[in-house]
Amino acid sequence: MTTMATPTQPQPTKPNAPAPVYNPKSESTAVKRIKSTIFHVVALALVAMVLYPAIWMISASFKPNSEIGGANNALWSNNFSFDNFVTAMDGIGGVSTLTFFTNSLILAVGAVVGTVLSASISAYAFARINFPGRGLFFGMMIATLLLPFHVVIIPQYIVFQQLGLVDTYVPLLIGKFLAADAFFVFLMVQFMRGLPAELDEAARIDGAGHVRIFGSIMLPLMKPALISTSIFSFIWSWNDFLGPLLYLNTPEKYPLPLALRLFVDQTQSSDYGAMIAMSVLALLPVLVFFLVFQRYIVEGVSTQGLKG
Amino acid sequence: MTQSPTLSRRSSSSASPQPRKSRRRGADARAGYTFLLPWLLGFIALTVGPMISSLYLSFTNYNLFEAPKWIGLDNYTTLLQDERFLQSVGVTLNYVIFGTPLKLAAALAIAMLLNSKRKGQGFYRSAFYAPSLIGASVSIAIVWKAMFGDSGPVDQGLSFFGINLGGWVGNPSMTMPMMILLTVWQFGAPMVIFLAGLKQIPADLYEAASMDGAGPVRKFLNITWPMLSPVIFFNLLMETIHAFQIFASAYIISNGEGGPAGSTLFYTLYLYLRGFSDFRMGYASAMAWLLVVVVGIITLIFFKTSKSWVHYSGDSK
Repeated sequence: MTTMATPTQPQPTKPNAPAPVYNPKSESTAVKRIKSTIFHVVALALVAMVLYPAIWMISASFKPNSEIGGANNALWSNNFSFDNFVTAMDGIGGVSTLTFFTNSLILAVGAVVGTVLSASISAYAFARINFPGRGLFFGMMIATLLLPFHVVIIPQYIVFQQLGLVDTYVPLLIGKFLAADAFFVFLMVQFMRGLPAELDEAARIDGAGHVRIFGSIMLPLMKPALISTSIFSFIWSWNDFLGPLLYLNTPEKYPLPLALRLFVDQTQSSDYGAMIAMSVLALLPVLVFFLVFQRYIVEGVSTQGLKG
Repeated sequence: MTQSPTLSRRSSSSASPQPRKSRRRGADARAGYTFLLPWLLGFIALTVGPMISSLYLSFTNYNLFEAPKWIGLDNYTTLLQDERFLQSVGVTLNYVIFGTPLKLAAALAIAMLLNSKRKGQGFYRSAFYAPSLIGASVSIAIVWKAMFGDSGPVDQGLSFFGINLGGWVGNPSMTMPMMILLTVWQFGAPMVIFLAGLKQIPADLYEAASMDGAGPVRKFLNITWPMLSPVIFFNLLMETIHAFQIFASAYIISNGEGGPAGSTLFYTLYLYLRGFSDFRMGYASAMAWLLVVVVGIITLIFFKTSKSWVHYSGDSK
């Protein structure tokens, strides 16, 4: 995993300028051009294949029900309309889709705030402070990365149930404020270790304590790691299904994934179009995030081994 | 992976106890645990504590409403005769054993295709990565179900080529290929990691091999594979562990039932049904612990066997 921490070099952009004068190598530039064309044809065909489900989904969300599935499977339709989205926005079980959106947003923002705070503070201890037991705890933190979390959900549920916290957001958010997503702690530890040790030494000589060093030296320098963490914890929370499924019972509190399940259960594919429109709506923020932060996200994956 | 942090500063203070140094060390210890507090609290309250109690619960009969009753190993012995459980093990193993290598093969193949100094690489990389970000969501599960349903686009596309399979969703022998396709579709995340690894391989190695007359297969086997082996190992380990825990897609596609005919009854889905639908919390805890043990053993096997095929730079090969 540590091998992941080496940043990828920015790729030198080398314009392949063909030599205008005749030389015996000119044939190989022609061959190169053909090869390059083949490459792009193959790659674009693969992209079309990979993105097909997403394109199909968007197309279906604008189609009337009668044209989804069945004989008419063309991506284009002359009857495109926003009707499905209008139906989808009505929501389900007497709760408007806007409420589900708000709930998802509350949970995701809470997750980002909690994770960024708790993971950065804990990571500072691992990366910059010498204390007995650090190596042991670090090893344990790494071990939790590999632990199937299903082993903790049952007792956690029992405890939250006894505390009367089922059907609140507490069980869904408390872990975020306690750095339970070890991946982010690890990511930040790796990042902080890359910062020069002289920074803290100098600050110490100037009489700064750990709180000062952390707050005014480390945090500002950690911006890239904080941004990656924010993006991924937002998306993971936005897509999370099992947590809300376990803990939330009243539809008014449902985030989008749970609302979608309710929609599927209640309409049972009688209103396919609206169901798919709602799926599109639920993914919209993730897609927007992806388009805006594309670079950060893909770099984050390639340098830190973050999964999607 | 479990390398301990370097303790470089310690060596200087070991010779003679200096009051200032030791005061600083005391202050550091205090500060260390203070900063560690969020994680430490979470670790104890949300991981270690629950792990111990689920181990205890796995030896009991507990339904959330009456006190747990100690039944020894009964849950475990019952599991071994529970046909639904055995089926869920089979389904999950099938998924892990076929899905993960296929996904990684796709990831590696496309990473190698993209690993050239051609234009548009950034675009391709992002486009291939996108499914990884949304693949595990409920939305995509719904779309998958629609696409692979009766006369959905997949069925129609195949009929065009004369292959009449009907809907995959309702056909017990086609649901596994459908689920595997869903995970293979998310090859982008490991692909991006492979791509970063491929860029680290010095180009002169390939040039030297070309001079010696090595073809693409030899180059792949003698340069790419060994040089990339730490990344392959990382991806293999993470994707395998990840695959065991698939839940949301299976839940949505099978309406939370694992059907048809139990063909999508994944391990975690059965665990969920036992624990939170039948409220057999002790039984579900036993399942959870079995999963931990199995994943632990697999991780151990991976690390043990890695010595023979994973080469870290600096190793004498």
